[in-house]
Amino acid sequence: MSDPLLRMVALARPRGARFALGVLAGAAATAAGVTLLVVAAWLIATAATSPPLTALSVAIVATRALGVTRGVARYLERLVTHDAALRTLADVRARVYERLARTEPVHRFRAGDLVTRLVSDTDATQDLLVRGLTPPLAALVTGAGVVAVSTALLVPGGLLLAAGLVLGGVAVPVAAAAAGRAPGRRRAAGRAALSTALVDTLHGAPDLVAYGAMPAALDRVDAADAELTRVERRDAGLLGLGAGASALLAGLTLWGTLLLGVAAVRDGTLAPVPLAVLVLTALAAFEIVAPLPGAAARLGAVRAAGARLFDVLDTPPSLTPRPASPAPAGAVPRDGLQVRGLRVRYGPGEPWALDGVDLDVPPGRRVAVVGPSGSGKSTLAAVLFRFRDPDAGTVHLDGSDVTAQPADAVRTRITGMPQDPHLFASTVRENLRLAHPEAGDAGLRAVLERVGLDTELLDTEVGSHGARLSGGMRLRLALARALLVPATGRTGTLLVLDEPTTHLDQDTRDAVLDDLLAATAGRSLILITHDLAALDRMDEVVVLVDGRVRQRGTPTELRERPGWYRSAIRAGAGAFSAPRQGRSATVSPVRAQR
Amino acid sequence: MRPLDPRLVRTTAAVRVHLAVTVACGFAATALILLQAWLVARAVAGATAGAADALAGTVAAVGAVALARAALTYGAETAALRSAARVKSDLRRRLVRHVAAADPAATDAGELATLATRGLDALDDYVARYLPQLVLAALVPLAVLVVVFRADWISGLVIALTLPLIPVFMALVGMHAEARTRRQWHLLQRLGGHFLDVVEGLPTLAVFRRATAEAALIRRVTDAHREATMRTLRVAFLSAFVLELLATLAVALVAVEIGLRLLYGRLDLETALLVLILAPEAYLPVREVGARFHASMEGVTAAERVFAVLERPAAVPGSAPAPAAPVRPAARPSVRFAATGLTYPGRDAPALDGVDLTLRPGTTTLVAGRSGAGKTSLLALLLRFAEPTAGRLLVTAADGREVDLADVDPDEWRRRIAWLPQQPYLFDASVAENIRLGLPDAPDEAVCRAARRAEAEDVIAALPDGYATPLGERGRRLSAGQRQRIALARAFLRREALDAPIVLLDEPTAHLDPEHAAAVRAGVARLLEGRTGVIVAHDEGWSGLADEVVRLDGGLVGAGRV
Repeated sequence: MSDPLLRMVALARPRGARFALGVLAGAAATAAGVTLLVVAAWLIATAATSPPLTALSVAIVATRALGVTRGVARYLERLVTHDAALRTLADVRARVYERLARTEPVHRFRAGDLVTRLVSDTDATQDLLVRGLTPPLAALVTGAGVVAVSTALLVPGGLLLAAGLVLGGVAVPVAAAAAGRAPGRRRAAGRAALSTALVDTLHGAPDLVAYGAMPAALDRVDAADAELTRVERRDAGLLGLGAGASALLAGLTLWGTLLLGVAAVRDGTLAPVPLAVLVLTALAAFEIVAPLPGAAARLGAVRAAGARLFDVLDTPPSLTPRPASPAPAGAVPRDGLQVRGLRVRYGPGEPWALDGVDLDVPPGRRVAVVGPSGSGKSTLAAVLFRFRDPDAGTVHLDGSDVTAQPADAVRTRITGMPQDPHLFASTVRENLRLAHPEAGDAGLRAVLERVGLDTELLDTEVGSHGARLSGGMRLRLALARALLVPATGRTGTLLVLDEPTTHLDQDTRDAVLDDLLAATAGRSLILITHDLAALDRMDEVVVLVDGRVRQRGTPTELRERPGWYRSAIRAGAGAFSAPRQGRSATVSPVRAQR
Repeated sequence: MRPLDPRLVRTTAAVRVHLAVTVACGFAATALILLQAWLVARAVAGATAGAADALAGTVAAVGAVALARAALTYGAETAALRSAARVKSDLRRRLVRHVAAADPAATDAGELATLATRGLDALDDYVARYLPQLVLAALVPLAVLVVVFRADWISGLVIALTLPLIPVFMALVGMHAEARTRRQWHLLQRLGGHFLDVVEGLPTLAVFRRATAEAALIRRVTDAHREATMRTLRVAFLSAFVLELLATLAVALVAVEIGLRLLYGRLDLETALLVLILAPEAYLPVREVGARFHASMEGVTAAERVFAVLERPAAVPGSAPAPAAPVRPAARPSVRFAATGLTYPGRDAPALDGVDLTLRPGTTTLVAGRSGAGKTSLLALLLRFAEPTAGRLLVTAADGREVDLADVDPDEWRRRIAWLPQQPYLFDASVAENIRLGLPDAPDEAVCRAARRAEAEDVIAALPDGYATPLGERGRRLSAGQRQRIALARAFLRREALDAPIVLLDEPTAHLDPEHAAAVRAGVARLLEGRTGVIVAHDEGWSGLADEVVRLDGGLVGAGRV
């Protein structure tokens, strides 16, 4: 079961009966087309011997019936296989999702295109059934029938046809798919180089124009384009081979059949009527294998999609049940959050993302965790949200070890906003009720008001990723959702907000942060941010650098103490408040006018 | 949608050559099909008539036709793929030139790169498979009809009557299916996108403990999607049904008809066999066109998207054209905005309105304002990414006169500017090449000196191959702060190598970690020494480096002093 293709087939097994029906219908359609010609050949060859009309009546009826059968069977095949494929898709999606929900490989899915690819890989299961498996299976059934008929008429003719069909239906598609792999790789490389040159030229256009380097950049695009075109033109011959080989096999089989048939007639071992049937069978039979090169290419693509899909699904879960560790030494279990010696890394041999972090958040305390990007801030959030287990250290909330509890139990007491909170393509109301399914409209309006949003927004469709809202509105809505989570536990619910203000411009950022701090007044809060403005209202600031706590204290203390925080504050707004030495300021005649 | 976009034929010679080759191949293929049918009918009829001994030549000819058909198929496919590569390259080059000449920064680069690579690849199927099939679909049925009519006019009539019904019925079904799909489009779109939406939102769902509950919903929504899709497909597949039904029924009719006429002695066996073999050939290319219709439409859509880009106006009004008689600017020019305004095309509100500001040689001006106040537009005018739409922008010429900046050659003017944007773009090239941007001949020592002055040396030393290290797409190998230091080196090289008198800075330390911010700030201070500097920033935090501070708001400049 290691081959991803087989594993994908296994996923589709529950729909086997429908699928078999589809294959049979497909085989019937193809067979009807071939049989029509075979029966017609018999009809004509027999008519030429001037039999009574009654001898032909069965063939006449059969011809007409076959004429209708083919269309109907093809229609049925398409409906049934698509239905089976879509049903399978529902199964597979549910399975993939359950697996993802269970393992929560959140950090692996940061990059948006990874998610998109995973979803399209899941959807590739449809292709497996409709375009990958049905054509070869239907061809197998029909091909076997055709070969049987030919063999019954003339054994060498049947063998020749069998050889031709196997070569044309199996060898050529497989060889063509194999031969196309190297050109495919070369093309992908050429395309990537071109794409990079193009993106560089367009994204970097202001820099290029300002620095007079645009012509050189365009030359680079041209060179990449020329290389890609050269590769494609050179490989065209390789790709044309498959089509040529298919045509050659069909033609040679026809020729061979004619050669054998005519010789058999001459020797008297074959009657004229079967000769006509035999030859027209050979002529029509290659219709059976015509779709197979396409199916082979499709199977290759589905296999690659399956390999990527199972790669994700086979990843061990990031949460494993573990025994509770005792509360940190210091006797009395304290209320609020207590993190001790927390260490996390994303794989053996990787650097520690968190390397021995201690953190205390007593009830009602508001703590900011700041630090440069990559300092481990978001890893801390991932542990608190129970997206992953810590490698070492303890996390206690109100005296109980949360890393030993089921994720959803912890999430009633720790909630908030993960990085890049997702808005679902639905209404504002539906997005809010995620956090509190029983909430009534009055409660929803109240929370919208608290975060500074229009209370009439409830029925507004937010669009995909909340695209119909502004950046500030998206963030406010995500915050409102976090505030809706009903408070539980002795000390209320701890709010963790992971980088809430990224992707916002400075003005919006300041306004949203103001409202955010006002709306969360009195709650236990961990605000993870790299934006140091407006942190003066926090009770404590913890500076995290390279996974370790570099500094901690009240904002005022840290402002006054030399260190990371003070230099960071100065580097941002308010830097260089003193005029430059040695030069006096001159004022040129500038006037404001309208 | 038309099967062949006339713009495609008009604009690229490769398409015209390809069409000519394809039509020639189509004629040859048609001739071979007719020849093969005639030879096979002759051989079978001959053997039936007892003349098997005299058939060696005919049978050998069938073999020869087989070889010729294979060679033709191979040749045509190869030629078609080669043409497709040429057509794509033609379109790509036109696309890139056009976008670069217009406003590259306003184009969605990712989307354009996809269109230029994967998007255009859809033309492979269109050019190499669909167009040849379209040619065959026109030639083969006609040729078959002519031959069949001459052999047996009744069979010819049956084919002539049924063949045109196929496109008519397919179009009818197609229109109905399209209308139905359009009615359901929103539903399909929404149900189809649900899974992606949920997987993307998984962390959010997890936080609100909805992750498990959503699994049942996925199954429900996918089932609803299946039902909606099947409703559409039931109609959409009708077109294929009609096609198969008409094609096979016509062949069945022909077979019965010639069988009966044969029985009554009104037709000979060879003619009957010829008609029987040719009848399906008349429908085959039409069916193939139908089967490739969908893939080809992707190609047509890609071509249409390319033409949509190409048909946008070539140059943004106001972006710098080279003047007829360029004036040389002074080595240390002063720059004066005189009631300067800028309104972007298609906008009502001006981005800049009535700005009066003088930048005197050797002094630094800080332009502060909130976002949207027009700071970027001010820099765009100075960099000549845009030209004023009101008032004037004046500079000192080499002979001391004050001239309109529009009379200066834009490239000549930009050589006098060292610019450090807020988010500089680093290219997928080595560090040295990135610093050398626009000055490919700058000596190594100059590059190292620039890096040293920009405090970028330790950043470069930490890279595996130093100055030769490739930076990856968009300089991904480096952090924002490191990128800014490399870009600062770029500005230094320009300042030193070209003695650029003007330095433009756009909030150069926004979003930087303090270590990098400090290094960049120190470098910027050196970069500004003795130059005409403009710093645009959100607030007045940079006033320490400025000789003069002005506030920009809604396009107005208010004066202030340090």
